[in-house]
Parts: sequence; structure tokens; C-alpha cells
Amino acid sequence: MKFGIMVNEGPYTHQAADTAYQFAKAALEKGHKIHRVFFYHDGVNNATRLTEPPQDDRNIVQRWTKLAAEHKIDLVVCVAAALRRGIKEENLAEGFRISGLGQLIESGIQADRLVTFGD
Amino acid sequence: MTESTGGIEMEEATSGVVKKFLYVNRKAPYGTIYALESLEVVLVAAAFDQDVSLAFLDDGVYQIVKGQHTKGIDVKNFSPTYRALEGYDIEKLYVEKESMEARGLKTEDFLVDVKVVSAAEMTDIMTGQDVVLSF
Repeated sequence: MKFGIMVNEGPYTHQAADTAYQFAKAALEKGHKIHRVFFYHDGVNNATRLTEPPQDDRNIVQRWTKLAAEHKIDLVVCVAAALRRGIKEENLAEGFRISGLGQLIESGIQADRLVTFGD
Repeated sequence: MTESTGGIEMEEATSGVVKKFLYVNRKAPYGTIYALESLEVVLVAAAFDQDVSLAFLDDGVYQIVKGQHTKGIDVKNFSPTYRALEGYDIEKLYVEKESMEARGLKTEDFLVDVKVVSAAEMTDIMTGQDVVLSF
């Protein structure tokens, strides 16, 4: 199955950011495809390269970067939501790109299922 | 439009496909940004010629209540935008009866025309969708 994923909460504060990743990883392991991961609301904070979690904790941002590189996943950050929260090209982590909300709608149209992770 | 929809090429990639999209609004209009950013999605989505419906339940019913005044909290009152949805051919607005009544609201309290449905009917509406986006 081809999944689209939407992440609506920021890293570390909300479980949603972790669950979205775990879901994507599990789906890929089962042979499904991830069409796109779209970051919206505070979810755009998953895309900042400036994050520095303690060394004994998971690195949520780098985890996405790695998964995207391994499986060629399109990680899209909503431009309007990103600019509101200070996420720009200059502090965007590797593997992410900034684009418009149309990418979310397109994912809804093209994927078999669009799964939302949020509060 | 190119920037906000993420480019022309994608409109071609999705042309001809019409899915049923339901936007579920559960949160109060102010206090968090969910309602405003949900509305931004709906407005962009209008450019894709999809079959769009909106549902308002829980505190989400407050999003479309008449007479919102936000000066005191220094936040923009975006409620007039709901009136513009009709111009984008978005006319299927559902309000859950139980949520409305629990908050002492009536149909005439809303600033747009809505169809009031029971929780059971809302279940059917949700089941019949291709894509459900909950905010």
C-alpha cells in the first residue's frame, strides 16, 4: 500500500512526532511505500537542523533524514507554517524540502491512505 | 498560486482524480493555531477541484459562531473567511448536534449555513470519505 503521512506536532513535546516515524519505519519494513511525509503546524519543527538533543536520547530530526535517504522518502515542510515558526532553507535539515500545502492535498489524492499524527 | 500549491506540475499529476476530502475541526478557534491553519489547508485544497466537506465537532463548533471579537487577545478574527468558502464551491458544512447542544448553541448562532447531524450520522459521513484530515 502507498501511504501519505502528516505530522502535526513538534519533536520531543509530543509523542505524535515519534509515532509517525515508528509507523513509517514499520510500514516500510512490511514492504509498503511511503509516498510523502508532510510536516504541518508545529510539526515543521521536526525539520530544523539546529536541534541538539542530549546524547543519550533519540535524535528525531536525524532519524527522519536517515530514513528519507535510505528509502527515498519525500519530506515536505509547509512553507506558511515553517515561516511562522522560523524554519527556513538556512536551518533546514538534510532530506527535507520546503513547499506548499498543495503537496499535502496531492498526497491525499495520490496515496492509498493519508495517515495523520497529531494531538 | 504556484508557491502555495507547491508547483504547477503536481496539478497535472492529480488532474482528473476526484476524491472525497473531509476536514474535521475539533478545536476552539483561538487558544491554539489548529483552526486557522486548518482553514488555510481548506482554501488551498479548493484549487484542486476535490469533493470537499467540513465537519465541526467538540469545541470546533465555536469556530463558526457569529460575533467573534478578538481585539482583547490581539489575535486576528479569521471567522469571516468561513463565509468565503461558498465562493470556492465548498458548501457541505456539517455540525455535530451533540457538540452544538452541549455548548448551548443553536443553528442560528452560526455565521454560515450548516447541516446539523447526529453523532451517528457523522460516523456515516466520515466512513464515506477517501481522505479525512482532523485538526
